[in-house]
Amino acid sequence: MADPPLLQTNNLTMRFGGVTAVDGADFAVADGELRCLIGPNGAGKSTFFKCLIGQLRPTAGRIVIGGTDVTGAAPHAIARLGVAIKTQVPSLFDGLSAAENIRLAARRHLGRKETGEAVTEILERVGLRDEADKQAGLLPHGQRQWLELGIVLASNPKLMLLDEPTAGMTQHEVHRTAELIRDIARHRTIIVVEHDMQFIRMIAERVTVFHQGRILAEDTMDAIMADERVRDVYLGKQAGAA
Amino acid sequence: MRVSPNAAGLVAMAILGVIAIFVVPAVGETFLMFDLTLFIVMSILALSLAVVWGYGGILCFGQSMFFGLGAYTYAVAAINMGDSTIPFLLAILLPILLALLLGYFIFWGRVSDVYLAVITLAASLIFYYLIGASAGSEYKIGKALLGGYNGIPSVPPINVPGNPKLQLVYDDLYVLSASILFMVYFALRWLIASDFGRVVVSIRENEARTELLGYDVRRYKLAVFAIGAGIAGIAGILFCAWGAYVSPTIFSLLQTAQIIMWLLVGGLGTLVGPIVGCILIQYVSTWLGETKFADVNLVLGAILVVIVLFVPKGIVPLARDLLTRIVARRGSPAAGE
Repeated sequence: MADPPLLQTNNLTMRFGGVTAVDGADFAVADGELRCLIGPNGAGKSTFFKCLIGQLRPTAGRIVIGGTDVTGAAPHAIARLGVAIKTQVPSLFDGLSAAENIRLAARRHLGRKETGEAVTEILERVGLRDEADKQAGLLPHGQRQWLELGIVLASNPKLMLLDEPTAGMTQHEVHRTAELIRDIARHRTIIVVEHDMQFIRMIAERVTVFHQGRILAEDTMDAIMADERVRDVYLGKQAGAA
Repeated sequence: MRVSPNAAGLVAMAILGVIAIFVVPAVGETFLMFDLTLFIVMSILALSLAVVWGYGGILCFGQSMFFGLGAYTYAVAAINMGDSTIPFLLAILLPILLALLLGYFIFWGRVSDVYLAVITLAASLIFYYLIGASAGSEYKIGKALLGGYNGIPSVPPINVPGNPKLQLVYDDLYVLSASILFMVYFALRWLIASDFGRVVVSIRENEARTELLGYDVRRYKLAVFAIGAGIAGIAGILFCAWGAYVSPTIFSLLQTAQIIMWLLVGGLGTLVGPIVGCILIQYVSTWLGETKFADVNLVLGAILVVIVLFVPKGIVPLARDLLTRIVARRGSPAAGE
């Protein structure tokens, strides 16, 4: 572990009144890693993400991204450090075209000419070339997920946070998304929150398990699957259901 | 050849502009010019909120405060200086400064939606009561008596810059106002199509997402708020010069609510809509006022209810939708070429 981690949190805590959603999380992701976060509903994964991107100001603890302390920084400032998020419910510019959605993300850091090229390239990559002029609000759910993935890609982040990127997708779409994420992961650091264990198995390298706001376990997918504690809190129910 | 609706609209507005600025003064009588000037001045005011609310998504319920501040600044400065050149500039600058100050607290304090509307409305009413309480000889700025609710009479007209003897009244004021209206219109079209404008629209569409892309939305909102204030200031100058008079009713609830109504009737998110809404409402009010056919406020209220219920997008977007549908239907057999 010679390189300092791209993202590190120390004792990150987020309380809402009496509820502690994130409870002293010590978490680190190395540059170039593809990390999956799993955990039952209410484990604090999405709240953890919201702290990372500055939408929530943590009650305690520290967040360091690329050597910069960003605890309590504004969302736009954190975004400018190269952090981009695909939120749980796709957050798009519904009244604007798919191409304009991507353009807004690219134009922030690219010149006029490069932006045009980037938009074409990314629309192609997320399979929305024929939907370029369609209004984002009118796209079906799966394509909305991809469009947001495109927005995230277009902002050229060092660190990509994907909150349930396959939610509501068909089996076929899930496969395509897994391929796309594996492809993106060759050049970027990605953290994925997912519930779909099949999907996790398709992409996972290292897996971190959240439980009641704490990090319960962190290991390879196989080791996590074999972990008794993890089975108890999370997988047991799923395995029984399957 | 296919013409984009955007380009067609631009050409149509340019032709309208030429007619309004060159043809109408050549054929119209002075009396008509005088009436038209007011419509045009109010249309500029409508545009000022069109960019702030329609494109920026900032529901400013106190747009008349910038309008009134422009008018009062112009009145006070012109009475003191004689030459209208510097007063004209001051009356644009002051509303912008007020917007920057107020907007700083609003946007950096993350005030939005209904709270923003209440704050701006309250600020406007503060002006109303403050200026209203300025009756008496002790309330004067230089040579200008503020006059409380009686207002300031005998405001000097606008003159050719640097030459107080060459005054722009009646027909000349009309030409000036019409020129400014079309200049503001085209400038705003350019602004909205620019990178800045596209970010402003994206904030209206989804503020959180815009922020997550790395844009500091507070700055963009503040800028668009200030631009709207400056335009309202210009409208205030022209209004004051048109009637040679200004009074605190310019800050009143009725005045500020009327601007909102123009936008709702004409169509939010367009530039032509607010102008159409403004002229329509103004015309109906004037006509009802003259003929005493029915109570003005009652009829305007009824119009607003009907529009909000049946044409929620406003008149201009409705007309545009109908037009594109007709064009699409007529064009479809030949679309294969």
